[in-house]
Amino acid sequence: MKYALLIYAQPGSHEALPKDEYEEALGQYMALRTDPRCVQGGQLQPVSTATTVRVQDGRTLTTDGPFADTKEVFGGYYVFEADNLDEAIELASRVPSARLGGSVEIRPLVEQ
Amino acid sequence: MLASLVGFLGDFDLAEEAAQEAFAVAAERWPREGVPANPGAWLMVTARNRAIDRIRRERTLAEKTRLLEFEEATVDEIDETVIEDERLELIFTCCHPALALEAQVALTLRALGGLSTEEIARAFLVSEETMKRRLSRAKTKIKATGIPFAVPAEHLLPDRLDAVLAVVYLIYNEGYSGRVDLAVEAIRLGRLMATLMPDESEVQGLLALMLVQHARRKARFAQDDLVLLEDQDRSLWDGSDLATGRAALERALALHGRGPYVLQAAIASLQSEEEIDWAEVAALYEQLAALTGSPVVELNRAVAIAQSGATDRALEIVERLELDDYQYLHSTRAELLRRQGRYEEARAAYERALELASSERERRFLERRIAEL
Repeated sequence: MKYALLIYAQPGSHEALPKDEYEEALGQYMALRTDPRCVQGGQLQPVSTATTVRVQDGRTLTTDGPFADTKEVFGGYYVFEADNLDEAIELASRVPSARLGGSVEIRPLVEQ
Repeated sequence: MLASLVGFLGDFDLAEEAAQEAFAVAAERWPREGVPANPGAWLMVTARNRAIDRIRRERTLAEKTRLLEFEEATVDEIDETVIEDERLELIFTCCHPALALEAQVALTLRALGGLSTEEIARAFLVSEETMKRRLSRAKTKIKATGIPFAVPAEHLLPDRLDAVLAVVYLIYNEGYSGRVDLAVEAIRLGRLMATLMPDESEVQGLLALMLVQHARRKARFAQDDLVLLEDQDRSLWDGSDLATGRAALERALALHGRGPYVLQAAIASLQSEEEIDWAEVAALYEQLAALTGSPVVELNRAVAIAQSGATDRALEIVERLELDDYQYLHSTRAELLRRQGRYEEARAAYERALELASSERERRFLERRIAEL
């Protein structure tokens, strides 16, 4: 079964780490990406680069950023092939953001 | 039987249908051909084989094809330990933390307690429709997210076992406030867990706690009024429940259990003694408070200290607690103030407790206390 791990981070939480811990966290992200069960993954540019698009009455409305002033922002994702939810939970618990004030949302993918 | 089928098939709906079919076949065949030597195993085998037939016919979901590898089972192969393992797996599935707590409770009662949807709905004061939806949402989530039918791996077990025990104790406490059928159901689940995981001290501790409390059920109320432990008629206590509870506590202590359920069971057991050793009770509450960090436990420690005679020290603890919305803080404070002869302050505290009291029984109790001042 394929699971998407959606990573939400507290803005600035990673940058605030001392250099060695920051590098350790980067290493943990890389280790998850290179895990044989990882199908894909990606890191997003900071939320300051975001553009939001809506279509209303055939007109495309483009605005700067999401307006929501949220504590956690979506920062990246992985897709893992795992046997069951427990395995996905175990992988999610290794995502550094989860222990740095952020969270990881697990969502199974619709089987194609 | 249902529990075992769900564990085997990994699918609630399929298991329920298969069980119904097996009973229908039995109703048709047994009167004609006689009841088989082992009716339970016969039903189980029939249900399993019916389910496998159905899967073979349907063959739609790829995930179910693993079941096709199974040969049709025979009665000899249905081993008691397999059935027990499956029940244990099912408990962990029903109490998976990815499910909402109310769904965990409902699923556990449905799949392991053997209560009907209607009975569960009645116990939790919701409509049968609402309960049906709640159960169906939970079953859908189990299937869609791949919540496993398995006993969690060693490193996850402590947390997941806590979740299971919390669900069982929650069911018990729903019964504690008057619906006795749920308390009995929770004790049944507790016994099942104690049989399936005999070496887990907290499992034994929870069973002990429930039994010791349950032993006092008939003495807890007099004509619908609440009776305090110290005023209870001990001849109404159920000696057999008390003895079984204490035996479970002994096992838990022999396993070196010092977890929250074991401590609470030890406290409940001490409080059932002829002469209560309040200093020992207070010491156990202190350990429990260190484990849980709960101000409610601190409040109970204060009560034990007061019972051992140190009213001043008890009141000191109570004054420090930040539990302003908690009825029992105010009723305890009132009682301590009364013992010190500070009647006006006691009355004010009883009145605050009365404002917070949620049940009619408790309101009557508090009103009596105020009148006695």
